Amino acid sequence: MSAFWSAWISVITLAVILGCTWLLFATRKGQKYNETTDKTVGHAFDGIEELDNPLPSWWFKMFVATVIFGLVYLLLYPGLGNFKGLLGWTSQGQWEEEMAYAEQNYAPVFARFAELSVDDLLQPENAEGLRIGQRLFANNCSVCHGVGGVGAYGFPNLTDDDWLYGGHEAAIKTSITNGRNGAMPAWGDVLGEDGIRDMAHFVLSLSNAEHDAESAARAQPQFGALCAACHMPDGTGMHALGAPNLTNGIWLYGGSFEQIAQTLRHGRFGVMPAFNGLLSEDQIHLITAYVKSLSN
Amino acid sequence: MIKHETIEKNVGLMAVLIILVISGGGLAEIVPLFFKDSTTKPIEGLRTYTALELEGRDIYIREGCNVCHTQMIRPFRAETERYGHFSTANEHVWEHPFLWGSKRTGPELARVGGRYSDDWQRAHLYNPRDVVPASKMPSYPWLFDRQLDGRLTGKKMETLRTLGVPYTDEQIASAGSDVQGKYEIDAVVAYLQALGQTHSNYNTR
Repeated sequence: MSAFWSAWISVITLAVILGCTWLLFATRKGQKYNETTDKTVGHAFDGIEELDNPLPSWWFKMFVATVIFGLVYLLLYPGLGNFKGLLGWTSQGQWEEEMAYAEQNYAPVFARFAELSVDDLLQPENAEGLRIGQRLFANNCSVCHGVGGVGAYGFPNLTDDDWLYGGHEAAIKTSITNGRNGAMPAWGDVLGEDGIRDMAHFVLSLSNAEHDAESAARAQPQFGALCAACHMPDGTGMHALGAPNLTNGIWLYGGSFEQIAQTLRHGRFGVMPAFNGLLSEDQIHLITAYVKSLSN
Repeated sequence: MIKHETIEKNVGLMAVLIILVISGGGLAEIVPLFFKDSTTKPIEGLRTYTALELEGRDIYIREGCNVCHTQMIRPFRAETERYGHFSTANEHVWEHPFLWGSKRTGPELARVGGRYSDDWQRAHLYNPRDVVPASKMPSYPWLFDRQLDGRLTGKKMETLRTLGVPYTDEQIASAGSDVQGKYEIDAVVAYLQALGQTHSNYNTR
């Protein structure tokens, strides 16, 4: 802040306080404070007159106390322009203190679990680590994956053994840290409505769901040409690309004929947000352990 | 010693004195902020909202989102742990009006961009309880039916430019066609995903 504005603030602030003080004393009556008089202010309305008594003592003292409080406050805390206050307090400094306090107290807790592998964390003696992971999951992940991790339409269930990107520690950590961008292309224009129908029946056939065998058979060559690159020729999917296994009856976007046709027609672009920057490595480590525990 | 009678019986004098007293606070607390770099200069690398995000922002205001959601992270650990770096004034110099809010019925949104996927935002706005069973947020299904015509988008940008938001002639010229035919839900989601993402100064913890 420039010297001008610093002076501007200081002068106005002190002038207002001094002005109030002056007003308080200037309007004070000469009598003793607790004294009542029969003197009136000199006007009457319908026979009602206003007595001209002094301000009650306790009231007057409270005014004085607020003035003293204000001056002491301005001496201790930053209020007068560039004057930092005797305590040197700042809102950012207070925040940094809170953060340092948390770092000092919670870092050792996280450090203890950071040394353990995810498999060790799943052991009963490290239940505290899993509980921390559970709370972090509830705060950060449950909004999409559900409180118990069972997911929802479009948001993967983490409690089963089916994994889009693999269920090992490194894959889960990568998913949380960097996020994932699903990319199932839209095939509506390529296949046409008849092609979509046939392909939906073929996809249903992969998990032995009820389907039209004749229709499915027509789509089989196209599955090899268009879909097998990601979903593999046998439809079991590929973790490296996040291509789901189509043979196990677990569906992210629904397994009905119409839902599968919709997926084929318009594609699917599920996004898992990245949590690096939001969560520390040690926190992600504990969430990873908790997520692994869900499917064990 | 002055008599309060003098002031009471002289309305003009009383008005002057009242103005003098109540302007003290404003002169000391508000006026200097108009001249401080940290409150008038945008944070480094700040970008303007796109046409679609701007329309989304107006829908956000129309639906009263700011009544229940703040966009102002205070410098307390309890807030920065959950919502990200605390808000600073220079992030908001192009916000007209600012949407800091004062009451959190729902969570703080200043840095909600990128926290959830577009799909989640759409599902959540259509019916919050589909994804968050205990939510008491209202549903906004009509956002999925109503289309933007883009008739006023360019004019809004021009107005904002007179207030100091540096929209370019190209942005203003293409604003209408940028949003025309888009659904309101697209605009709102674009806006939500932009919150906290219009500069990159605070993205690391």
